[in-house]
Amino acid sequence: MIDAQNLVKVFPGNKKRSPVRAVEGVSFNCGPGQIYGLLGANGAGKTTTLRMLATILEPTSGTAKIAGYDVVEEPEKVRAHVGFLSTATALYGRLTAKEMVEYFGRLHGLDEAQLAAAVTKLADTLEMNEFLDRRCEKLSTGMKQKVSIARTLVHDPPVMIFDEPTLGLDVMAARTIIGFIRQCRERGKTVIFSTHVMSEVEKLCDRVAIIHHGRILAQGTLSELRSQYGLHDLEDIFVEVVEGSEATVKVKA
Amino acid sequence: MSLRNIGVVYRKELKDSLRDRRTVISMVVVPILLFPALTMGMGYLGAKMMTEAKQEVPEVMVVGGNDSPRLMEALKSNKKINAVPASDDYIAQISNKKVRAAVIIPANFDAAAERGEGKTIVIDYYEGEVKSQLAEKTIEDSLTDYREKLARQLVAARGVPGQLAKPFETDDENVAPPEKVAGSSLGGLIPYFVIILALTGAMYPAMDLTAGEKERGTMETILTSPVARTDLVLGKFFMVLTASMATAILSLSSMGVSFLFAKNTLDRLLSDEAHGVHFSIDPSAVLAVFVMILPLSVLFSAVLLAIALFAKSFREAQTYLSPLTIIVIMPAIIALLPGIELNSRTALIPILSTTLVCKELVGGSHPWGFITLIFFASCLYASIAIGVAVSLFNRESVLFRA
Repeated sequence: MIDAQNLVKVFPGNKKRSPVRAVEGVSFNCGPGQIYGLLGANGAGKTTTLRMLATILEPTSGTAKIAGYDVVEEPEKVRAHVGFLSTATALYGRLTAKEMVEYFGRLHGLDEAQLAAAVTKLADTLEMNEFLDRRCEKLSTGMKQKVSIARTLVHDPPVMIFDEPTLGLDVMAARTIIGFIRQCRERGKTVIFSTHVMSEVEKLCDRVAIIHHGRILAQGTLSELRSQYGLHDLEDIFVEVVEGSEATVKVKA
Repeated sequence: MSLRNIGVVYRKELKDSLRDRRTVISMVVVPILLFPALTMGMGYLGAKMMTEAKQEVPEVMVVGGNDSPRLMEALKSNKKINAVPASDDYIAQISNKKVRAAVIIPANFDAAAERGEGKTIVIDYYEGEVKSQLAEKTIEDSLTDYREKLARQLVAARGVPGQLAKPFETDDENVAPPEKVAGSSLGGLIPYFVIILALTGAMYPAMDLTAGEKERGTMETILTSPVARTDLVLGKFFMVLTASMATAILSLSSMGVSFLFAKNTLDRLLSDEAHGVHFSIDPSAVLAVFVMILPLSVLFSAVLLAIALFAKSFREAQTYLSPLTIIVIMPAIIALLPGIELNSRTALIPILSTTLVCKELVGGSHPWGFITLIFFASCLYASIAIGVAVSLFNRESVLFRA
């Protein structure tokens, strides 16, 4: 469902800045009913990778196929099959929760009957009925989160992309999101998400990739990584992988 | 490009913007209130000051003249000025607006005048001071009358018919139709206000829909929708255009209503002597102005959108857009200068050409060649600007500027 091939993203520099090589050849794949985790520190290239998958950014080289569509050739088809949620994807404050979800439904080409059905269903499952007609700017963080989830689900996409979805959320709101990601897997969706929180990876991921300086340094199931590095704790594995790569760089230099 | 998607985006942006107090103020409240305030306020004040100035009997100091009783008598008998003996600091008094002017009469003026020796009377006044200038003119008129009267007497005393002292008369008559008079005085001003409002009305939504979205984090949300970026930017463009046009239409309507009202009030207020400006503007001229401003409005909307899109935050967008007001005001001011006329060169300068042609339209003339040329030139500039805005919106370096 997601098949990334050697994705590279270089942000061009200018007189003041040298070019930034944010992602340097990332390849992985992920099938339906699976959760794939991208684990990395800030600035590792997680967000850039996911933005390329969501066709918000165009890869400098390499490509990815999502639900059979190429992110470079058919970005609009890709977006039609993807639900993208990140802490950066805010809501329109002056629209009500309902209008927000309806707007994205219409953008996804739903007709009015489909839209009404989708909104009713989402409002029921996400328990949004009591604040459906309130403006998004007046909602609590948890309510906003639910509206964002409804927004990503309104077109029932087979692929879900979450970019640090729990960043800055309190425990309860974060639990809602984690539960929601799990539900996505249960419904057979292909899920990819990025985080720097080890416990989230341990709780959720079928497979995990450790990303550092734009490269995937290790990937596999949790048990594969554990046996490969002879460590149990994911944090220890992460530190081992990252420090190992930096030692290699020093030796080369 | 999908019309349905552009429509979906447009309707959402319209709803969103109409819920924003700042947009409503710049789009609706300012144009509706600005014109009545301007016409009533400025027109009333201006008319009142002119009337006052003309009704005032200016105090004028007379320097010398003790040996010229006949001239003094002529000055004192004039009810339109109040001649008083001069103090030593009469120049300072004029500068301080204590008196309006001074008449300096040379020694032995009466006697010299009777001999026909041309002695010069000097009138001191303060250039730029309306009341002082009016006083100067009244004194000069009064002295001219006296000179003619004296000339007739002198000529008659020599046995020649008095009329020979003034062998002919002159008179002036205005042939411009009333709307043309209004056209030259007000015509340049009306489109100028409408053009500036078409810009300012579009300015706030243009920032809100681009830099504002980046700042609030909704830009990334909207980019995850399957709608093509071209459709998104066009939907936004039509919203900005709506704001610009709404501002222009509302200001034109408000202008029409306030002029009608002002005409009645001012006509009553002003005496014939004060002959105020004639507020007779043809409704079809207003419609024509609107049609000419339409492509300009498109141009503004696209340019504002393109520039604001480049900004990362609302504040940055404001920094970029504020100078635009001055750039737009400049050609409009140039159009008000005397001697700037429509020709094949000025017709190609955006904004200036529209201001000039609107001045003609309000003035009642219809230079069809120029109207067509300017309309299509403006349309061309506008479509280039839309092209730039669309291509910028398709560049991720602009959408995600670091």
